[in-house]
Amino acid sequence: MSQAFTKEMARNIFYGGTAFFFLLFVALTFDTHLELPKRDNRQVLDPSTELGQKIAQGKMLWEENNCLGCHTLLGEGAYYAPELGNVYVRFNNSKDAIKGFIKSRPADGVPGRRSMPQFNFSDEELDAIAEFLKYASGIDTADWPPNVQG
Amino acid sequence: MKYESQRVAMPYFVAAIVLFVAQILFGLIMGLQYVVGDFLFPEIPFNVARMVHTNTLIVWLLMGFMGAAYYLIPEECETELHSPKLALIMFWVFFVAAGLTVAGYLLVPYARLAEMTGNAIWPTMGREFLEQPTITKIGIVVVALAFLYNLGMTVLKGRKTVVSLVLMMGLIGLAVFFLFAFYNPTNLVKDKFWWWWTVHLWVEGVWELILGSILAFVLIKVTGVDREIIEKWLYIIIAMVLITGIIGTGHHYYWIGTPEYWQWWGSIFSALEPIPFFMMTVFAFNMVNKRRRNHPNKAATLWALGCAVMAFLGAGVWGFLHTLAPVNYYTHGTQITAAHGHLAFYGAYVMIVLAIISYAVPILRGREANGEKAQVIEMWSFWLMTVSMVFLTLFLTAAGILQVYLQRYSDTPLAFMATQDKIELFYWLRFLAGVIFLGGLVAYVYSFFVPGEKKASDMGPVEKRAADTDGSPAAASA
Ligand code: HEM
Ligand code: HEM
Ligand SMILES: [Fe+2]
Repeated sequence: MSQAFTKEMARNIFYGGTAFFFLLFVALTFDTHLELPKRDNRQVLDPSTELGQKIAQGKMLWEENNCLGCHTLLGEGAYYAPELGNVYVRFNNSKDAIKGFIKSRPADGVPGRRSMPQFNFSDEELDAIAEFLKYASGIDTADWPPNVQG
Repeated sequence: MKYESQRVAMPYFVAAIVLFVAQILFGLIMGLQYVVGDFLFPEIPFNVARMVHTNTLIVWLLMGFMGAAYYLIPEECETELHSPKLALIMFWVFFVAAGLTVAGYLLVPYARLAEMTGNAIWPTMGREFLEQPTITKIGIVVVALAFLYNLGMTVLKGRKTVVSLVLMMGLIGLAVFFLFAFYNPTNLVKDKFWWWWTVHLWVEGVWELILGSILAFVLIKVTGVDREIIEKWLYIIIAMVLITGIIGTGHHYYWIGTPEYWQWWGSIFSALEPIPFFMMTVFAFNMVNKRRRNHPNKAATLWALGCAVMAFLGAGVWGFLHTLAPVNYYTHGTQITAAHGHLAFYGAYVMIVLAIISYAVPILRGREANGEKAQVIEMWSFWLMTVSMVFLTLFLTAAGILQVYLQRYSDTPLAFMATQDKIELFYWLRFLAGVIFLGGLVAYVYSFFVPGEKKASDMGPVEKRAADTDGSPAAASA
């Protein structure tokens, strides 16, 4: 680089640029949180309701069984098994179909095929997970995924 | 080695390589599970193998960064490390915690591990890359604080250079942004939004400061180019990193329930993120061309140049490939993502850690460079690993393009599993590339056991003259 462009100038661009764009990012973050109530389906999350508690439990079960280690949820996670952000829609808006699927996984898997483990959830836990997935499918994701297959 | 306390870097480097081997073995297990679905089922389900694969990756890179810092900071600051003892204690704390966590993943079901470690009290588990039990996360914070304290005291009492300053900023940023791992609300959109403050602001933010400073250090050492020039480059590179990369976080906010204006912010700024990677490549080649010495450690120079090129390919080119919102709409969460993740992590972070190991370990073992034979084997491992990683990436990219077409783009979309069956061939090829990668890794490990060192008499006159450069004009022309 030419001599006219000094190290001090480069340093100032670094500090100034970083500060400016970080502050801009914080401002956008702030605005995002103002906009979120319109999109994130939070009305079902109210912890004073039974439904809200169920969804919270469902999310905890989702995490404590590391479902994201095989599946994606809104496109994030692992790519070994289907997207589940829209599974409620894919299963014809049926919680029972979701519960039935999870419940019916053979403990030893399907020979030669990718298989989902049998988690031995109670009926109450199954319901919590299904409610959580139903909640996820109600988030406004700007029309993603492109079709119901996820 | 100029300062006795630089020795504490050694256990960190050894542990990094051990965990690297573990990472790759579990990668291969998963690679096979992709095509032989019931392989090791239900003993090691895919999600368990994946946690081991990604978590050992992150921990060994952190080990590598820490080793690099313990080696580099005393030399840059021209003083002994504040407390070598603290550094060694923290090494064992970190290594044992990592070992216990991996053992936990493998020996008990994940839900049981969550229960045993009290996840319900402060739930942070079960999110990608952040699967560690909450107490392990707290342990990481403790280790990071002790580490930063130790280095900070060293920097304060010694010479202050741009390289050490940038490294410190990167490491402090690493610790600060990890704190978002402790925030896990029930609201899925908020959970995801803040999760990226750790993950994206790490790999496309503060980690690039660490990458830049280690690269600058190695280049100063192997080329003997004037520090002033290298430091100017370093500043301008990291300026571009943060100017583009911070708002670039928006490329993860397209489809997770966040406002749609992120499609603009994210696309525009992340499309500029390849610039600093490109500058790194130009920088590295420029410095090597302008070198004022021929360092006997050819392997280290090769890793440094390779790192700059592959980081540009993996992060810059493969990142750009799917970063514009209209493209990402189709590729989001497919094998394209996995392809990019592999080449970017390998090119940028694996290779920079291997570069500093390659430079520092011979010196820590009392020689300026390894003997001819060891270096040749190391360079073979460079080519085996790098070329096989490029092929692994190409196969995943092919799988990804087909997946997008069959499942998301065609008029008659197939279901996920039906699509997977159709692209099986590419998963077999990916597995094959992985086996060759393992071969390269075996050669790499073997190269440490090849005896012999480069004697001073083997060096040419230019090499001898500048054998101990510090990048200052006086040292090189003396
Ligand atoms: C033998 C070589 C390797 C094989 C066979 C392999 C295989 C895999 C597989 C199957 C996955 C899971 C993909 C999914 O979720 O469906 C994965 C994830 C991952 N691997 Fe590897 N891997 C290998 C080497 C590496 C190396 C060397 C690195 C680091 C540079 C790496 C970094 C990662 C990362 C970051 C992820 C998460 C990717 C994402 O979430 O997009 N792997 N690997
Ligand atoms: C060394 C730097 C980088 C590393 C280590 C890296 C690694 C990764 C990884 C592991 C993921 C997958 C995350 C997940 O599991 O959900 C990812 C996603 C992504 N990366 Fe990077 N990346 C880097 C730089 C870049 C750059 C410079 C760009 C853009 C030019 C980029 C664009 C993207 C995009 C768009 C995604 C989201 C993919 C999706 O929608 O599924 N990355 N990156
Ligand atoms: Fe990113």
